[in-house]
Amino acid sequence: MKITKEKTAESLLKVVQEKADVNLSACYQCRKCSIGCPVADRVESPPSEIIRRLQLGAGDELLQTGLIWTCLSCETCYARCPNKINFAAVIDALKYMAVEKGVAKPEGDAPLFNRIFLDTVKSYGRVYDLQAIATYKLKTGSMKQDMDKFPVMLKKGKMAILPPSGADKGMVKRIFKKAAQNKGTGK
Amino acid sequence: MKYAYYPGCSAHSTARDMHESCLEVAKALGIELNEIKGWTCCGASAAHQTDRELAASLASANLLLAKQMGMDMVVNCAACYSRSKAANYEIIHSEKVRESVADSLGQPYDGSVPVRHFVEIMAKDFGLAKLRKKIVNPLNGLRVASYYGCYLVRPAEVTGFDDPENPTILESLIDVMGGSNAEWSGKVDCCGGMQNLTQTEITVRRSAAVIEMALNAGAECIVVACPMCQISLDLRQADMEKLLGRKYNMPIIYVTQLLGLALGISSEKLGFDRLMVSPAEIIKTVGNGQSIEQSLYGTVATFPYHQGYKNE
Repeated sequence: MKITKEKTAESLLKVVQEKADVNLSACYQCRKCSIGCPVADRVESPPSEIIRRLQLGAGDELLQTGLIWTCLSCETCYARCPNKINFAAVIDALKYMAVEKGVAKPEGDAPLFNRIFLDTVKSYGRVYDLQAIATYKLKTGSMKQDMDKFPVMLKKGKMAILPPSGADKGMVKRIFKKAAQNKGTGK
Repeated sequence: MKYAYYPGCSAHSTARDMHESCLEVAKALGIELNEIKGWTCCGASAAHQTDRELAASLASANLLLAKQMGMDMVVNCAACYSRSKAANYEIIHSEKVRESVADSLGQPYDGSVPVRHFVEIMAKDFGLAKLRKKIVNPLNGLRVASYYGCYLVRPAEVTGFDDPENPTILESLIDVMGGSNAEWSGKVDCCGGMQNLTQTEITVRRSAAVIEMALNAGAECIVVACPMCQISLDLRQADMEKLLGRKYNMPIIYVTQLLGLALGISSEKLGFDRLMVSPAEIIKTVGNGQSIEQSLYGTVATFPYHQGYKNE
């Protein structure tokens, strides 16, 4: 594969290592992570290759690599790494940066879903599935998909109609407010 | 046995059957589950993909409440379990996270509350020997594939649940119930649940691969302890038929539902009617009036498990 080195203010490596709290120089490319990765066959660069690209000074082009939003967070990579590199945290760090820089363009809009999901948590203190799923489907124009499942799930009580109640909403609001403040200060 | 109980958001929505069967089993075994008052969302996968400190803080809010109750926190949802364990781990290992969480919550939390899955409570705290004596409807050799998925077992240094590549705690419960354990290599594979809404095809293919493996091992049903796995494997069987042309008809049952049946609790109370793929055959197989002594003999004779036993 072709590895391009773009000119960015600082290489991604340093930022990723800091955000994910990992040391990627410990990787000796044994590729156990890539062998265990259940979506390796669907992406251009499997985990070990992402690490190599970071080591070689990859720039922001890596934020558009397919694995970031195809990853299943199964953590097989982390569990099998002989050097205990938390690659799941590396993917999370790449996600933060991709969203921050506005370059997250995944197939199936996971960043949008995460935002909608957390918005319901912010409002009710707990997840409101029905609102989260309906909003996501409306915004992505995927209303038709899974339409047949809703009536069955409602009938079987597998989807709550009313929003959740009983949570300490004040605490959750406080946590979200602090997170927004910290983001503002770059903390 | 008293615990602080954290039901998790899915307990009142997609996993009501998990929650209901857990409460029923706890009641039957005399395990006291005290629901944490005012509990909030653990952040699930959306928070850790968005902001590391936000994820740790959301999960810690509940851990702090459990700490004030002075009890271990019991969780049923494998995802909540994983997020709560991860919060504890990060708070202990990172000063930055610890400080950020304290600032968010308005008071310090030290990551010290033990987080336990209800499966551990049944198998370890209540104990297999005691549990064996409580079985009134043995599984009669029902062939069960125990499926762990990701969140319970990985990463082992964070969850400390069981062997991350070959866990056997669910099998030990199936054995006690008089079932026969399917030997299979898919038990810690990923069901693809994370992409259930966003890239559904991945979930359908991953979950189909898991069911295929269980089927090849002769399983009559798959037992799970995670609501994400349950919904992917169960609800997506209709999509597997459309996409792959395979009709599996494999019941996907929570371990607490199956144990509830074995303890003599009626299937209605255990939420069996909420499952998508009909569990009618399983309910029929379990409990044909066989005596406890026979089931005891059967399970002891095949110890440590894996071979299972057939009612002669």
